Parts: sequence; structure tokens; C-alpha cells
Amino acid sequence: MTLERVLILSAVIFSIGLYGFLTKRNAITMLMAIELMFNGVTIAAAAMARYITPSVLRVDPAATSDGLVQFVLSGQVLSMFVIAVAAAEVSLGIAIIITVYRSRRTVDVTEVNLMRR
Amino acid sequence: MIVQDFIFWVLSVVTVASSILVIRFQNLFRAALMLVVTFGAVAGLFVLLNAEFLAVVQILVYIGAIAVLIIFGVLLTQELEIGNKSNSMWLPALIGSSMFLALMVFVVLDTDWNFMQNVVGDETMSKVGEVFTATPSWLASLLLKEWVLAFEAVSLLLLAAIIGAIVLVKERDQ
Repeated sequence: MTLERVLILSAVIFSIGLYGFLTKRNAITMLMAIELMFNGVTIAAAAMARYITPSVLRVDPAATSDGLVQFVLSGQVLSMFVIAVAAAEVSLGIAIIITVYRSRRTVDVTEVNLMRR
Repeated sequence: MIVQDFIFWVLSVVTVASSILVIRFQNLFRAALMLVVTFGAVAGLFVLLNAEFLAVVQILVYIGAIAVLIIFGVLLTQELEIGNKSNSMWLPALIGSSMFLALMVFVVLDTDWNFMQNVVGDETMSKVGEVFTATPSWLASLLLKEWVLAFEAVSLLLLAAIIGAIVLVKERDQ
């Protein structure tokens, strides 16, 4: 399993999510499309952590002390932060959608245009 | 290696097919279930990438929390019969996302990647292998030592998100 294949797969998932986000009218489907995009990004970060050298190891190849070797996992840490931010985002998104539904009886984003009038 | 390749292709076909179905299904509830399938397949990809802890986090947070939250949202807003309509912008969106995909594929294939085994020596490679056999403890030390500020900032963000969600959906006192 080489890096390029995983990165192309993550780009495919991100593009599907982007298409869904741009075309769908239902706010909950748009939220699902955002989750797909987040997943593409986390896959890319984990693949980078697996195959690519972090710069701290590249500058000094002799530096094999444990304190520096652990930085190969930086990509996985980035993925964990992305997952945490996605959790915060989806909880607020669902709260906003439910609030809008309660007052306007719809989750169709083309009909929620209160700010435009 | 061949087994890994086979599993990778199966997982990528499942991931791409189910994420297309998330967009295509007219029934929102089925779309949410397809989203769960996508999350599971991505967790399998994490295992293949030596990120077992990330796979567990993916299952706990995405399948256990986010998917359930989205299904709750689908059921609470009761728009199942109205469904998953598209707006009139599908052609520009298709062109835009395809161009983004083509750009990303070109960049990935054109870049001269600094693969780890080519850049660092054998001694470092064996230590890197040790790190990848016990990722949770190394992740813990990274999170609580090197990136502790970002860690605390994320916990503050989650707290703010919880309070914001409660304030948003609370019934107003009449």
C-alpha cells in the first residue's frame, strides 16, 4: 500500500464530499458531506505520518534519540485534533439546524433566507 | 503484502461507493446509515496505516457519537419524505469538484515524496518501527508534552461547543 494510492483515495472522498456540500439543499445532508471531507483529510494525515519523514528527523539523520523519533506520529496527532474539531462542529451544526427547524419548519437551506430580506 | 493490497482495494471500493451513496440516496435515514459504513471502512484504512488508536477513536467518535447525532437530527427534523433534493447548481459543482480532484491527483503523482526509508538511516528506521508498534503510548506523550497547548485548546473548544449547543436548543422562557 503506497502513499500515492491512499492520498488519491482521500482526494476522491474529499471531492465527493465537496460535490455533496455544494449541491444538496438539505442542511443535514450538507453536514454529512462535511463529515466526508473531514474523513478524507484525516486519512491523508495518517498516511503522511506512516510514509513521510518529519523535518526534525530529516535535518539531522543521526538524531535517533527517542525524543525526536516520536515526531513520526505528528500526522496521527493532527488527525485526532481534526476528529475533535469535527465533533464540536457537528454538535453545533445539529443544534443550529434544530433551532432553524423549530422556528421555520424547514431544513431546506434555499428557503432559509431571513438575512437576505 | 498481497493480503494488505487486497484489503486496501476492498476498503477503498467500499469507502468510495458508500460515500457516493450518502450523496445519492433520496431517503435521508439510509444516507445516514451509508455514512456509518463509510466511517467503518475509514477505520479499517487507519488500521492498515498502522494507526490503530486512530481507528478506535474513529469508531468511538464518528460511529458512536457523530453518526448517532446526525440520525437524531434526521429523525427530529422529519424531512424524510422531502428527502435529499439537489439544488440547481449541480453542473458547476460537478465541474468544480472534478477539477479539484484532478488537481489533487496531479499534485500527488507529480510530487517527489521524501519517503522515510530513503531519507533516514537503518537505525532510525528500526526505532520508527518500534514507535509504530506501540502508537498509543507515544501518542499520549506527544499530546501531553509537545502539543499540550493545542490539546487544552481543543478541550476548551469542545466545552464551548457543548455550552453553545445547549444554549441554542434551549426553549426560550415565555
